[in-house]
Amino acid sequence: MKRATVLGALFVLVLLCAAKSPCAAEKWQGIDETVVQKIAKEHGREAKGALINTGEGDLQLFAFLVAGAIGGFVAGYYWRVLLEGRKKGS
Amino acid sequence: MKLSCTVLLSVILPVVLSPSYSFAMHISEGILPFSWALFWFIASAPFLAWGLRTLTRRSASDLSSKPLAGMVAAVVFIISCMPVPVPTAGTCSHPCGTGLAAVVLGPTLGVVVAAVALLIQALFLSHGGLSTWGANLFAMGVVGSFAGFFAFRTLRACGAGPVVAAFAAGLLADWATYAATAMILAAGIRGTSPFWPLAGKIALAFVPTQLPLGIIEGAITAGMVSLLHKKRPDLLARTALAATEGEGR
Repeated sequence: MKRATVLGALFVLVLLCAAKSPCAAEKWQGIDETVVQKIAKEHGREAKGALINTGEGDLQLFAFLVAGAIGGFVAGYYWRVLLEGRKKGS
Repeated sequence: MKLSCTVLLSVILPVVLSPSYSFAMHISEGILPFSWALFWFIASAPFLAWGLRTLTRRSASDLSSKPLAGMVAAVVFIISCMPVPVPTAGTCSHPCGTGLAAVVLGPTLGVVVAAVALLIQALFLSHGGLSTWGANLFAMGVVGSFAGFFAFRTLRACGAGPVVAAFAAGLLADWATYAATAMILAAGIRGTSPFWPLAGKIALAFVPTQLPLGIIEGAITAGMVSLLHKKRPDLLARTALAATEGEGR
């Protein structure tokens, strides 16, 4: 129990340090920025914003809700099919 | 040993999962001109259709095919948006997961699960883009899956064990994906510049990050296939292992 608490605290500490480090964003950029976008910019092509920006307001929350609902029905359907099999008439 | 592994995971996992690193290799929205974006949609479409047809045919005889494909799609989604810091390069990138998908499901279904993963990433995470979805699908889904599958199949045909073959599948799927990305990007942005020098320049820029990451992806794939081989050999017997005996696709 004590070990789990220590490890949990260590996990959270490293997570916070990694996320909040002021130089983290610059130092550990993805290679989409350091390679793809950089070379594309040299050749006159720049990345644009998302065609459908789901990050505006609560749109992302709504999108996840819809995706979760659809995914839940699909998962439930196939779970039933997997356990009970398809009905012969369908 | 167990404690040291747990401590190591406690330190590594938050770094890997930290949201501030959520950038990777997919070609972003707007990088490719419309004509090239359209070209890669058209190039990827037959492979996606082939994969969907395989899924329909396989699920008609085996009810667990679709849930298994869904589970592997979830794994590919997580793996392919999981940024891994590479200290030798000071950057982050991600494995692809299509080598594993090709071994477990076969290359055509590997394209389908990559399509689903890339679509969700483009819609919800701004990771890649909708207009560049075809190009990213061709690099990660088509090239990655088929490279991984053929590496696995070739090594198995030469007598290698499934774990060694899976390592090669993960490694080559990763490296082939990034090589394809370099060529797709070079073709799209080169303008009047010569193609091969630019493709080489982009591929070389990927090397410091992807060389070690490909090895990590090989190890991840080998570990997963080793576990499946011990616990659920039936999942592998239907696809890549069967393919080495001339049965699967």
